[in-house]
This record gives sequence, C-alpha cells and structure tokens, in this order.
Amino acid sequence: MSVGTAEEIKFSDELMAFIEEWKNKPGNLIMILHRVQGEFGYIPRAAAMKVSGLLGIPLAKIYGVITFYHFFKTKKPGKYIIQVCLGTACYLRGGQDIMNELETILGTSVGHVTDDGLFSIEAVRCIGCCGLAPVMMIGNEVFGKLTPEKVPEIIADFRNRG
Amino acid sequence: METVKIKIDGIPVEVAAGTTILNAAKKAGVKIPTLCAHPDLEPWGACGICVVKTENQMGVSPRLVRACTTKVTEGFNYITHDPEIQSIRKTVVNLILSNHPQECLTCGRNQQCELQRLAEEFSIREIAFPSNVRRVPKDNSTPSIVLDATKCIQCGRCAQVCQQLQGVWALEFIHRGENTRIAPVADSTLNESPCIKCGQCAAHCPVGAIYENDETDKFFAAARNPELHIAVQMAPAVRVALGEAFGMEPGSIVTGKIYAALRRLGAKAVFDTNFSADLTIMEEGSEFVKRFTTGGVLPQLTSCCPAWTNYMEEYYPDMIPNFSTAKSPMMMQGAVTKTYYAEQKGIDPAKIYSVAIMPCTAKKHEIERDDNMHASGYPDVDLVLTTRELARMIKMAGIDFANLPEEKADSPIGAYTGAATIFGVTGGVMEAAIRTAYKLVTNEELADVNITPVRGMEGVKSAEVDIKGTKVRVAVAHGLANVKAVLDEVRALREAGKPQKYDFIEVMACRGGCIAGGGQPYGTDDDLRAKRTAGIYKDDEKCTLRRSHENPEIIEIYEKYLGAPLSEKSHHLLHTTYEKVKTYKAL
Repeated sequence: MSVGTAEEIKFSDELMAFIEEWKNKPGNLIMILHRVQGEFGYIPRAAAMKVSGLLGIPLAKIYGVITFYHFFKTKKPGKYIIQVCLGTACYLRGGQDIMNELETILGTSVGHVTDDGLFSIEAVRCIGCCGLAPVMMIGNEVFGKLTPEKVPEIIADFRNRG
Repeated sequence: METVKIKIDGIPVEVAAGTTILNAAKKAGVKIPTLCAHPDLEPWGACGICVVKTENQMGVSPRLVRACTTKVTEGFNYITHDPEIQSIRKTVVNLILSNHPQECLTCGRNQQCELQRLAEEFSIREIAFPSNVRRVPKDNSTPSIVLDATKCIQCGRCAQVCQQLQGVWALEFIHRGENTRIAPVADSTLNESPCIKCGQCAAHCPVGAIYENDETDKFFAAARNPELHIAVQMAPAVRVALGEAFGMEPGSIVTGKIYAALRRLGAKAVFDTNFSADLTIMEEGSEFVKRFTTGGVLPQLTSCCPAWTNYMEEYYPDMIPNFSTAKSPMMMQGAVTKTYYAEQKGIDPAKIYSVAIMPCTAKKHEIERDDNMHASGYPDVDLVLTTRELARMIKMAGIDFANLPEEKADSPIGAYTGAATIFGVTGGVMEAAIRTAYKLVTNEELADVNITPVRGMEGVKSAEVDIKGTKVRVAVAHGLANVKAVLDEVRALREAGKPQKYDFIEVMACRGGCIAGGGQPYGTDDDLRAKRTAGIYKDDEKCTLRRSHENPEIIEIYEKYLGAPLSEKSHHLLHTTYEKVKTYKAL
C-alpha cells in the first residue's frame, strides 16, 4: 500500500535511475534509503513518501526501518555533525565529560541540532583510534586527546567558518 | 496427508506434518500458556511464555523451544510442564510485568486481560524486578479507539492484524530496543494515519494497549435528561454475541433480552438496525437492478461497512463510481428515526437522542463522516456504543441479563426479516440482496432463499446466480487483505477495457463479518466466529419472513413516507456520497 505524495520532492536523476534499477529486487529498501540519505543528508518525510510510492512499500514499513537503524536520520542534521565517541576506551578517558561540555556550550542535547542549524551532536561507538581517546569527529576531522577545556576553542573555530 | 507420531507429556498423538507443538498439544488436550500467539495470526515467538522441552533418543535437550513457532518432529516427546519450565515462564511473566503499568483497576481490559490472567495463574504476588515503565502519551485522536502504548507488551498482534489481515498498515513498530513502540508512523496521530477504525487491533490486543473509546457516560447522561427521548437501535451481530458477556453460550440469540435491557437502561424507543438492513436491501438492491439493467457502472460494491468505506476512499478511490450510494443500515435507521418516526409520533426530532449498539468501532467514526450523516437536520445518530460497552452498562445497572424476560421492538421501524439479520455475517448482504433482486427483476419470489455458495469462511467466495435465465455474477470478500486481489482485478479489467468478471461484490472489513467486529466481546477466533454465525443463520431460519421486501413495516414506510426505492426522499435520507481521502491526512 503506497501513499500519494502530498508535498512533491525532487530526486536527482542518478537517484531515480538507482531506484529504477533496484525497484523489483528483494532487499532493495535499505539500499535505496542509503542513497536517499546520501542525497539529502537525512530522510525527509516527503522523500520517505516518495519512496513508498515508487516501490509500492507502505510508509509504515519504511518508518519501521528508518527508525530501527540509528544510521538513518529523520531530521535534518546540522551543517557540522559532531560525533562524540562513547566507546569503552573513550568513555573511560572521559568521553562523557566531552559530551557534557558540548551540550552545555551548544545549548542542545545529543541527537539534536542547534537552533542556528550549524551543529548536531551524535554519540558513536568507537571510530577506530582508541589511542587518541577521548575522541570526537566534526565532519571528517578527528580531534583526539580531548579535554573539556579544549572544546570551546574547536567549536569557535567551526562557528567562524560559518 | 502426511502425519507424524509424537508425544505430548508422554501422551501419544498423531498430527499433520508441519503442525506446531502448540497445536499438537491442543490436540492432546494439553494447554500450553501463550500470550503473543493468536489463532488468527502467524506465530512469531515474541513473548517466550510457551517454551517447552524436547526429548528424543538422546535424552531431554537442555535447550528450550517455543511451542508456538516450532514444528513437531516424528518420534519426539515434548515436555510442556515441569517445575523448571513453570519457573522460567513465571520469570517471563515477571519481566513483562516489570515493564507494564500496574493500573489494572482503571484499565479497559480489567478482568479480561490475558496478561492479568497469566499473572493470576502463575501466582505472582510481588513482581520480581523493579518497575521500568516507559510512558508514551495516549493517542485518543480517533473517535473509535484509544492507543495507550504505555501498556503495550510488544506481542505484535495489532501490527500483524493491521498489516496482514487488513492490509491497512496504520500501525508499525518504530524505533528499537527498549524504545520500541507501536505507533502510526511519520509523526501522525492514529486519526491522521491510514487507520480505517475497524478496531481489529483492539479485538486482538491481549492487554489494554488498544481499546474502544468508552462513551457509556454519554448514554447515562442522556438518560438523566427528562427532556430527551432516547431511541436505540441494535445491529444484527450484537444479538448473537452479547450473551457471552453474561456466561451464555456463544451464538445464543438474545434479541428480546437486549430490547428489554435497553428499556431498563432508559431507552424510550427500542428499534432494530435490522429494520434498516431490510431498507438497505430495498435501496441497494434497487440500485443494483438499475445499474444491471440499464448499463450502469458494475460491479456494484456494497457500502454497509464503514471500515471498508474508509479503506476504499483511501486505497481505491477510483472505485467510487462502483460504490453503492446507499448508506449503512445504521445511518438509515438514524435518519428515519429523526424524520419518519418523529413525524409519526409527533416528537420533536431535536429532542430525540439516537443511539446505536454496534459490534464495530468504525461506526463511532461513521456518524460524523460528513454532512450526509445529518440528513434529518440533526445528527442522525448521536452515539454509538459497542457490544462490549453495552455489556458493561447492563452490569453497571444491575440488570440480571440472563434471566430477563424477552420483549419486542417498537413500531414503526423495529420489525425485521431473516434477510436483515444475516447482514451480520460475511455473505449475508449479498444473500439478502439476491433474495430481493430476484423479485425486483422477475416479479416472482425466489423459491429457495438459502444462497449457500456465498456463505462460509473462505476469504473470497464467488457464485453465479440464475435469475430466470439471466446470470448475475457475485463475489463476497471479508478480511480486507482478501479484498485487495478482487479490487486489483476489477481495476485491471477496467483499465484494459475488458469485460468485468463480477456484477456485484460484497465486502466486510472484518474476518467473518460483523459477528467478529472490533467491538464484539473478546476472544474471537474461528471457533467463536462459527458459533456466532450459526446463531445468525438460526435467527434467519426462525423468521417467517425471509425477504426484505416482505417486511410489513418496510412496505408501510414506502407507502406512507418514502414513496419508492431511489425516490427523491430516499436519496436525501438514505443515500450518500464518497470522496478520495489521503492515507496520511496531515501530510
């Protein structure tokens, strides 16, 4: 049972071609959702509805999948996605303190976006450089051996980039 | 049929290959406790209460298996009860209880809850684990049902019913782990979701996580108002199910007792929706004959079931031209109550409080569908109460239901024929329509009124009816997931410009029809459906008149008031319109 899209959303030609190619293959939903998130940075509701219509998959099933996997986001993330490692090594070295500091200076909480849309905070489990614990990533940049005192400066730097 | 020989607790039993341990145990007369399993649904091993031990030549396996999902193996013995298994099951119940609010006293399922029953059977006096209840706001956005996901034990029945039995997909598990909850998706409320209000989720929920919107207070408030003239109607399926709430055998026909109980509760006039089922046949049957003989849009689709109407408007709006414009019997009864009856008795329709007792939760939604539901100038039906609500009201009022003397319905809109009463089961509307269509086409009476090919539990039934040489091809579908294939075929034939396979299709949303509606007493499965269905056909056979057009009060209402079927007055009061509805209303 697909749903008619109320608010039309435009998919790129590449995305449409990908969907067309995978349309009738089993296990296609997650692959297609990956591509959708790749295009929009998250899965907008209108995109989920459009996928539902294109694949003939109920919207409920699509949301069952995208809310199950942490990878999929239903809300637009910030321009800079801050990933704070709370894996074992980072946690023991004070990862939670880094998280608390970020939440304080950004005035938002894990899983949310700042009001200006610039930052969103995520908790992750190990990003593969435990020797640098505690670690966080902003975009593709890694920041290791962090202390709460170092955090404001890093954030200020990204703020200045705009 | 290939069979396997096994033992259940040492009792030899032979069952068909592929039978689950749970069903094999039933055959051996052994009851394994369950919570998530339901005979209507595919087992999926969610709760873990039904664990058993297996024993073969190698001895007793240390591994426990779930009886609901595991198929029996030749030669095995299954140990279903021993102190260790009981202790494990008790732990499972304790774990579920630790996530479940202790609100039994005010719960809609108080004393009818499958979890509560297990807690009682397992002698749980203190919950072994600290309480960890995840609060989720109640969703009471629909007039039909309330979703209280805080009480959900995540058995998955409702989702499976909504998705697989009904093909609606309003409910799904979202999020994961301890945050998992059952919900309509995309931040929609249930009312904004594709929910068709059938209430099958509520009928299948083992606990109080989904239940009918209780409106019993409204009835009692009306009964305390001396200005109001309460007029009540009762649907066909209620009369063969309500007795269950009072310890009577399922399928017992308690029509006269219900009339009596309604009067004791404060009804000034007691009518029967069956009268309007006969009226529906006059209108819908005439509409069919008109379409059939003058080249109208076919197949005609029945329109009595409001959950089906909701489904059609959402998922098959291209079928609107096929949809009978006849209102449901309940809405027709409401309209004639506040017009014809009011005029005949000289009662101000503004003072009439029109109540309907229904086996259905979608009926609560139907009364405010659109302006057509105010054909009398007032709400044609003010209040819908389900069979379950009526049972509670009768208990609250201290009425000894089982020993009530039987009473009769009131004139001039209370009499009914056998054709009307079978509206309560799958195939019944079609059978009733054929009984009258035959007369309308040939001006002769159908000799044998029993149209057996449209009866029974098969998901889609079809038949060819011979009306003196003219073949009428009919189909009957129930359980909305079964309807999809039929409608897809209608659509495909239409789009291909090919002739249709059927002339007339009856649809009821719930498996078995209204006797198994979302507002009926709990515990519905195919055994119970069979008993209620038998009650309905017995009621039909008891009637001396079994064709709608023979109902003297029907003849009278056309003579005195409506003129003829499909007249202007009929159209105004008894017919309606449909429109395309979005599956997600707010998106």
